[in-house]
Amino acid sequence: MSVLSIRDLRVTYRTQGGGVPAVRGVDLNIARGEVLGLAGESGCGKSTIASAVLRLLPQGTKTEGAILLQGEDVLTMKPGRLRAVRWVGASIVFQGAMHALNPVKRVGEQIAEAIITHQQSGEQEARMRVGALLEQVGLPSRRIDDYPHEFSDGMRQRVMIALALACDPQVVIADEPTTALDVMVQAQVLQLMKSLQRELGLAMLFITHDLSVLVEVSDRLAVMYAGKIVEEGPAQEVFFEPRHPYTRALSSAFPQIGDERFRRAPSGLGGDPPDPQHIPSGCPFHPRCPDVFEPCPDIEPRLFNAGEGRRAACLLVQVALAGGAGEGT
Amino acid sequence: MGMVGLTMMVLFVLLALTAPLFVDQADISVSTAPGEPFEPPPAYVLGTDNFGRPVLDMVIWGSRISLIVGFTATLMTMSLGTAVGLAGGYYGGRPDTLLNAFTNWFLVIPWVALAIVLASVLGPTLLNIIIVIGITSWAGTARLVRADTLSIKERAYVERARALGASNWHLVTRHVLPNVMPVIFANTVLIVALSILAETTLSLLGLGDPTNVSWGTIINEAFTAGALTAGYWWWLIPPGVMIVLVVLAFTMCGYALDEIINPKLRKR
Repeated sequence: MSVLSIRDLRVTYRTQGGGVPAVRGVDLNIARGEVLGLAGESGCGKSTIASAVLRLLPQGTKTEGAILLQGEDVLTMKPGRLRAVRWVGASIVFQGAMHALNPVKRVGEQIAEAIITHQQSGEQEARMRVGALLEQVGLPSRRIDDYPHEFSDGMRQRVMIALALACDPQVVIADEPTTALDVMVQAQVLQLMKSLQRELGLAMLFITHDLSVLVEVSDRLAVMYAGKIVEEGPAQEVFFEPRHPYTRALSSAFPQIGDERFRRAPSGLGGDPPDPQHIPSGCPFHPRCPDVFEPCPDIEPRLFNAGEGRRAACLLVQVALAGGAGEGT
Repeated sequence: MGMVGLTMMVLFVLLALTAPLFVDQADISVSTAPGEPFEPPPAYVLGTDNFGRPVLDMVIWGSRISLIVGFTATLMTMSLGTAVGLAGGYYGGRPDTLLNAFTNWFLVIPWVALAIVLASVLGPTLLNIIIVIGITSWAGTARLVRADTLSIKERAYVERARALGASNWHLVTRHVLPNVMPVIFANTVLIVALSILAETTLSLLGLGDPTNVSWGTIINEAFTAGALTAGYWWWLIPPGVMIVLVVLAFTMCGYALDEIINPKLRKR
């Protein structure tokens, strides 16, 4: 059974200019001990999904579909149950640890806050646990009484990871955990998250725009575009043999050092991600797609099978699938 | 400037606390006054009033009432203002609209008029004076706290705390309030000055507690006894000077704190 299962999730933000659909029907499943990477450009709805899992979206946002945490729908929970599930069912490693820690409280207090909120443990017990957590993320436990400003960026992110682990959550959602860090620190933090994930057998939803990071940490990869999943499959395969032109553009934007292909033809993707209020007709990617053909502006492709455990939402994949099936039989 | 204010403030507090050491309470009682009426200085250092009470003793004793009223009324003002501002700012929407309208209503009522009405309805006791000042001066604080709450509740750490299952009460008291505290603190010191002034004003208008000697009641008595026309300056000027000094001390401290807490005001 999957630990976290998102079914046909649709999120519409309410603005003065009308509803803005940020997520338009997303299905995701994360099994125990699995890391699912979620990639996409800014504004494609990645972080909206992260917030939706713990129902943290602003008031008035319309959320449809189902988010099952251990089989229980988060979206229909009563407030009391919701608060109990938060952080125990799923916790979040926020981006920008500087802002996600209260500047006037000691880091130890902030981690203990989660433990005391959810477990009937006393201050002393909680303090012991916080010390152990800090050691676990590679920080000396004597720093328990320091304030957030006394830590470096990387250390603060470690504190955030310790905080996310405080209540032994079933799923950890990492929302761009390394984005604000410099490359060296980023590598250390990634290393830490990966080893903790293996050690504790955590299920994880890892969100970032950085595909190269995702390939390192995730088992499976889902690529989002304009509020929908456009490609999904085993991480290595999706990155190295993308089926969707958008994934291809994303992965080729990361040069492989020493690879001839990338040196000869560095590539990127022109244009901007679509405005969620004016999503193009048909396939939302068609105005930027290098492989666009006649039916693209009219038909919005669903996710087609694209190999063993892989799916992609592209008419070309459908054509190849039809062709392959025809040849096969 | 802040240090000058702080020194003055500490001196006034010390004076109020140690007043019973220099002043015999019998000396400032109408029936057991030691002097003759209207003795000019240097008799009893600052002369006497119409009952023969030494003005110096009364002024020293008056600092107690003025400071007690100043501090307790401030406590009331701050608690009311903080509660209303936090609740409105944090919950937003309809509760905020209501509380904000309520705050605005209190802001636009001319406070002297409201205070006079309240004081005369409630009766002239010290506690009532404190209540009247509290009721009439919380609105500004509520405004300030609401504005700060609006900004702080959107910070990422508040969302983080919500994500880890904290209740609204926990969020407000543990995350929003500590971050609004500096603003409240700087405001408090200024409110003390205003409360002392308010007490003086009410006492001057004859709405003060007649059984207690405060600077306001001294001036009020001097007025009604015709001190101005008779030229009993020693009776009027000392309490007036004390009020100015105390208000100045608290205001200076308040501005200094504001400058420390709000770096944009700091001179380079």
